[in-house]
This record gives sequence, C-alpha cells and structure tokens, in this order.
Amino acid sequence: MKALSKKRRHPLAAVALLLFGLLITGSLYTAAGNISEAKAAETTAASQTDVDEGQKLFVANCATCHGMRAEGSDSGPSLIGVGAASVDFQVGTGRMPMQMQGPQAQAKPAQFDDKQISQLAAYVASLGAGPAIPDEEYLDTTQGDAAHGGTVFRVNCAMCHNAAAAGGALTRGKFAPTLTGVSEKHIYEAMATGPQNMPVFNDSNITPDEKRDVITFLKTIEANGSAGGAALGSLGPVAEGLFTWTAGLGIIIAFTIWLTSRPS
Amino acid sequence: MTTTNEYQATTSTGRIANFVDSRVGASAIVKEFGRKIFPDHWSFMFGEVAMYTFVLLLLSGTFLTFFFDPSMAHVVYDGSYVPMKGIGMSTAMSSTMEISFDVRGGLFMRQVHHWSALLFVASLSVHMLRVFFTGAFRRPRELNWVVGGVLLIMGLAAGFTGYSLPDDLLSGNGLRIIDGVMKALPIVGTYLSMFFFGGEFPGEHVIPRLYSLHIMIVPAVIILLIVIHLFMVVTHKHTQYPGPGRTNDNVVGFPVGPVYAAKAGGFFFIVFGIVAFIAGLFQINPVWNYGPYDPSPVSAGTQPDWYIGFVDGALRLMPGVLGNFSFEWHIPFPWGTNTLVLSVLLPALVPAGALFAVMFAWPWIERWVTKDNREHHLLDRPRNAPFRTAMGVAGVIFYSVMWAAASSDLIATHFHVALNDVTYWLRALFFIGPILGFWLTRRICLSLQRKDREIVLHGREAGIIQMSPEGGFSEKHEEIDVYKRYLLTNFVDRQYIPAEPDAAGHVSRKEKRRAMISKFFFEDRVAPVTPSELEAAHAAHGHHEVEGDKQDSIEK
Repeated sequence: MKALSKKRRHPLAAVALLLFGLLITGSLYTAAGNISEAKAAETTAASQTDVDEGQKLFVANCATCHGMRAEGSDSGPSLIGVGAASVDFQVGTGRMPMQMQGPQAQAKPAQFDDKQISQLAAYVASLGAGPAIPDEEYLDTTQGDAAHGGTVFRVNCAMCHNAAAAGGALTRGKFAPTLTGVSEKHIYEAMATGPQNMPVFNDSNITPDEKRDVITFLKTIEANGSAGGAALGSLGPVAEGLFTWTAGLGIIIAFTIWLTSRPS
Repeated sequence: MTTTNEYQATTSTGRIANFVDSRVGASAIVKEFGRKIFPDHWSFMFGEVAMYTFVLLLLSGTFLTFFFDPSMAHVVYDGSYVPMKGIGMSTAMSSTMEISFDVRGGLFMRQVHHWSALLFVASLSVHMLRVFFTGAFRRPRELNWVVGGVLLIMGLAAGFTGYSLPDDLLSGNGLRIIDGVMKALPIVGTYLSMFFFGGEFPGEHVIPRLYSLHIMIVPAVIILLIVIHLFMVVTHKHTQYPGPGRTNDNVVGFPVGPVYAAKAGGFFFIVFGIVAFIAGLFQINPVWNYGPYDPSPVSAGTQPDWYIGFVDGALRLMPGVLGNFSFEWHIPFPWGTNTLVLSVLLPALVPAGALFAVMFAWPWIERWVTKDNREHHLLDRPRNAPFRTAMGVAGVIFYSVMWAAASSDLIATHFHVALNDVTYWLRALFFIGPILGFWLTRRICLSLQRKDREIVLHGREAGIIQMSPEGGFSEKHEEIDVYKRYLLTNFVDRQYIPAEPDAAGHVSRKEKRRAMISKFFFEDRVAPVTPSELEAAHAAHGHHEVEGDKQDSIEK
C-alpha cells in the first residue's frame, strides 16, 4: 500500500487513474447491457428453414430499400441487430412494407400472415442480436398493476401519446398514434424497439414488469370506456370547447328562435 | 284619507295576501315592472342564457363544495377507480376523484358545473358580439358596455380559478404557465410568483387560495355586476331593431307580466334541461385520465378551457428567436445580468391587453370619430354600419387566429398537416387576417347596402321571365311593401366629417387625426334612398311598363 501511495505524484498517475475509471465504467455498462441483450439471444431459437424462408421473403419484399443483405441503402436503414421484435412490430402492424415515403410509416392492414412474419423475423434476428418477441408472461394483463402502469405511462409516454392514449402531434407531419386497439404484443415491441420517432425504452429503462404494467393500464382504460359519457375523442378541452360552440350553442339558438317566433 | 276605498278581501287567502301586500307594496312593484316592455328577438336572449347558466353554476357549485376539499396535503388514493389506486396525490385531487366515482350523482354535478361554465362564457361572448355588431353600446349604454366587459373578464377569472382546483396534471400545467408569465415580469416577477404560490411553484397554498377566490370573491363580484347590469337595462329600457312603428322613443314588444315572465321562466328550465342533457351524455374534464399533478410530465393535447385558449395560442405562436434576433434579452446591470423574456411577456400580455383595451374604449372611439352624441335606442343592422362591422370582424379574426393556435397540434393530427406549417400559417394570419377581414367585410357590407338600394328602387326579382313582342327577355320586378321599404331606407347615414376648426378658429392636431380616421371609415358609403330618388325611380318604371304590364302602370 505504501508503495502505491508513494507513486501518487507520478506524472502518469492521472492517466492510469483515468484508464482505470474508464475500464470499470465500460465493464459495468457492458454487463448491464448484456442483461437485456442476453434474453434476446435466448429466445431466437428459430429453425434454419424458417431463416431460409424468411430470407426469400426479405429479398422479394424488403431488399429494394433495406438492401440484399439488410445492410441498408439510401432509402432504408440497416436491419442488422434490430431484432425479431422490430420486424414483428413493423410488419405485423402493416407499417412495413411501407405504403409510401413520408414523414413516418403509417399503419395499414398487415400484408403477411403470422407464419411469414415469424419467418421474416427469424431471418432478421439471425443477422445480429436484438430485442426478441416478448414472452407471453410479459403480455399477461392479469399479472400487471394498472395504477403503477398509469404513473409510468404519464411520465414516459403521455407527452406524445396523450394522457388517455388518444395520440398527438409531433413536428413536421410526424405524429404519435392512438394506442386504442393496439395488441399487447405490439405495445411491448414498440417500447422495446422504438419504431419511427419513438425513443427506445429498453429493459434497464422500463423493466419488462413495468412494460406489462403500462400494457395493463392501457388495456384497463380501454376496457373501462369513459366514465362520464361520450369521450369526444379524449382530446381534452379543445373538443369540449368545440362541442360547446357548435352543439351547445346550436341547441340553445334553436330554442331562442322557437321562443321568439310568432305565427305569421 | 279614509278607508272608503280600502280593498276588503272575501276569502282567507285573499286576506292574507292583502295583509302582506299592504305592508310590502308588492302590487305596486308588479304594476311598475310587470308593465315593462321587452322586445322579442332571438338574438336578445344570449344575456339571459348567460344569467341562467350562472344560476346553474351557483347551484351545482354549491353541491360540489359539500364534498370538495381544497387542501394540498398529500394522501394516497384509495377510492373505487382502479387505475389510480395507491397513487399519491393531493387531497384536492383525491376529493375530486371521490366526487366523480364515490359520491352519488357527483360526476353528473361536476359535469353540469363544467359544461355550464363553458356555456356561460360562450353565451356571454355571443351576447357581447350581438351588442357590438348592432351598436347597442351607444349612448346612453356606454357604461353598461363596460360593466359587461368587466363581467366577461370576471367570467374568465371564475373559469380559470375553477379549472385549476382539482389539482390534476392538466390544470397544473396551466398554473405552470401562469407561474412562467408571472416570473417573466421584470423586477416584481419572482416576488409575485412567490407570494401567489406561497413559496416555490407549486407549493402547498395555491389551491386553497384559488378556492377562496373561486367560491367567494369572484362569484360575489359577478353577482354585483349582474345586478348593476340589469339595473341599467331597466333604466335605459331595452334597445330594439328598427321597423315600422319602432322609434327611438318607444319600445315595441311584450310586457314582463305575464307573457315575458312566463317565457323567460320557461327558458331558464330549457337551458337547465339542455345543460343536464349534455352533462348526462358527454364527458368533460376526465381528471382520472390526466392523473395527479406532478411538475415533470406534460401530456400531449394539453390546452386550457376554450376561453383562455387565445392566450395559450398567442404563446404558442410567438417565436423564441427571429433569425439571429433573440427575444430573450440579457440586460447587464451594475448588480449583475437581468433577463427579460419577451418571448413570454409579449404574447401573454400584449394581444389580450390590446383586445380588451379597444373593446372597452370602442364606444368612446366611435363617438369621437362620428361626432354622434345622440341617444340611440334603435339598433343598426350590421350592414348599415360597415366600418363597425368590419372592425368587429377584424377583432374576431385576430382573436380566432390565436384561439386556433391553441389547438395547433390537433389541427395538425386531424387534418394531416405538419405542425410547423400550421404555426407558420397562423403567424401570417395573425397579421394579415384582421386586415383582410376588415377589407372584405366592408366590401360585403357596402355591396349588401347597394343591393338594398337596388331592391327599394327597382323592386325585388319576381322570378318571372317575360318575353317582349320584339322577342327580348326581361325579368319582372315586384315592388316591395311599405314596411319592408321603411326598413331598407331608414338607417343612420354616417358621413365623412372633415376636420373642423374650434371656437378660436384653430384646427387641432387631434381633430385632424379624427378627420383622417373618419375619412378612412366613411369615404366609401352607400346613402339610403331619398324620397325624391324613389319618386324618380317609380316614374321611370311607369314609363317602362306602359308597353309591358298595363295593370301595373295604371295602379301608379
């Protein structure tokens, strides 16, 4: 110990200390990252035939933009390492193949059946480790906590998706879609992969259990409906004000005309 | 004074009634007020709607005070709404949740209260627009116009203080903006904010303070102003639209008792019914969706209630920087650098301030420009006052552009346009819109006046096409009846009044300015048809119709 403290004024001590610190931070980060990545690697146990079939589908339908080996091109990003969850979400909600170039890909009826989607996902997952399709246990809303999910949702999601998950505007024509009618699996995958302009909420940011809570919250408010009557789109005071000025005043004006009318 | 004429009641009910009446003089009051005449027109009833929704607000508000607890003490929610169970919140929010889900009829009463608040300010605004566009604010009603304007401001105050009470995320964000605007005020800003919130925002005092204002001070002021407002209406008598038999010295309509009282009483219950219908079927302010207030999150679609929207919109429209010019000024003082945040200060205070200043001053502006100091009890048709109608429309557009800006995000998502483009367009419209609106409205008014002249002079188009013996086609015109003609030819003809010298023969600069505005307002005008013009037109028609319609020419 004394030997070490003697060298503390050495010209290279600062450099050594810095290297040591960086090494520790780096190892911790890798370790933390691996915890979430490890799960992804485990579940991609797809057969080689699925991967081959997926590759055929990929070449026929996706390669124009994403490149023959999914390496990306000017019109589409690289898909190496995006994981099976990403493919399942994008293709499963019909966002891919993309309807048209625009501020962001729009949801439409899915173009592939479940088997084809899983084959595509298997192929893309084989190119590099990424978030996997979530286990059933994380989609089971009977195990989730709606109240905690609501808090997580309000802090992380409501600024774009609206407090009642009705959707909202982003810049330059982009938007956060409504979450009503979106399946549990797709909600989870969206959080894990961050499609379009959405940030990635990985497992160290929002844990799988919390993701389940968020899904439970969304499904609860969807099932509950609106307590006070027609929700007017859950858009807040603008819809209420519009209703006041059109329907509310409209009915009142109809009555004032009736009251002041005279038989003539 | 003997008792020879004293009324002797024969029944016991009559005796009791007579006993009371001979002591309080009710029959004299009924005799006086019962014979008060009110003219009948649907557009005269918005003030009534405002009053009735205010009564509804008092009734439903009283119910809510039985259950609402305006404390900001921290509690953990344990009511029946599952997605909120176990969440920490203020007592105010928790008792709002309790009213909504655990008090019988509580949610309905909350919705009645909120919907009638929205309708209260809406009907107040429409009433005010009616008064403006028909010129009902002219002498002797200028002060009542001001009282009405103050009532509008108090309506906004009542609305905003009430909107903030549940201490939910949505209203908390609104208070955060108020806090931001307060802090942007130079020198006094931070002190003001600290006093208002009782420390650093959000603190633990603001909800109880707003509650005191909301349930005592503001309603009391509103009631007082309503009394003054109605007292002045009775003193001035009601205005009426022009028409045959309606002059500046009479009022044509129904007496209060029994017709008008019955109508008005019935109308109260109709308004009550409409609000109850809406409150029963349409959800408003679902605080359980927004969640308890927490200074960190702001959810999408965060807007104030509609009547505060225009201020929110102005804030949204204001750019922080313009090219290289920043609206955030750092002013170096000897004691350090102070910041002046014009990008908050300007939009929050200037447009609303300008709007209300012009609104309050308008009766005097108009009197000064037109030199018209007569009493007016007959209303203007909006087309017959093109300058005023155009100014009003310019004001409405100015307001509406800011109002629309408050919903820029929803315009973007629902009409599939880019949010940025919505903002750019509205910024342009903020400046161009009122000018365009003024010009267009004045042109439309003048055209309508010309059309009126045309109808008076040549009759209305009958829709009957006649063929002359030569084979030419012409449309037959029917002369309008005298009542209609009276309406179309009798209106205040405002003309350009050039600058006039005062007693000393000097033309003041102020007078020159007045003349300039007068010229701008009245240079283009359409004069009402004069009797001689009418005579000439009829004579010309007589000539015409000798060939065509013999019967017509014989009548003349």
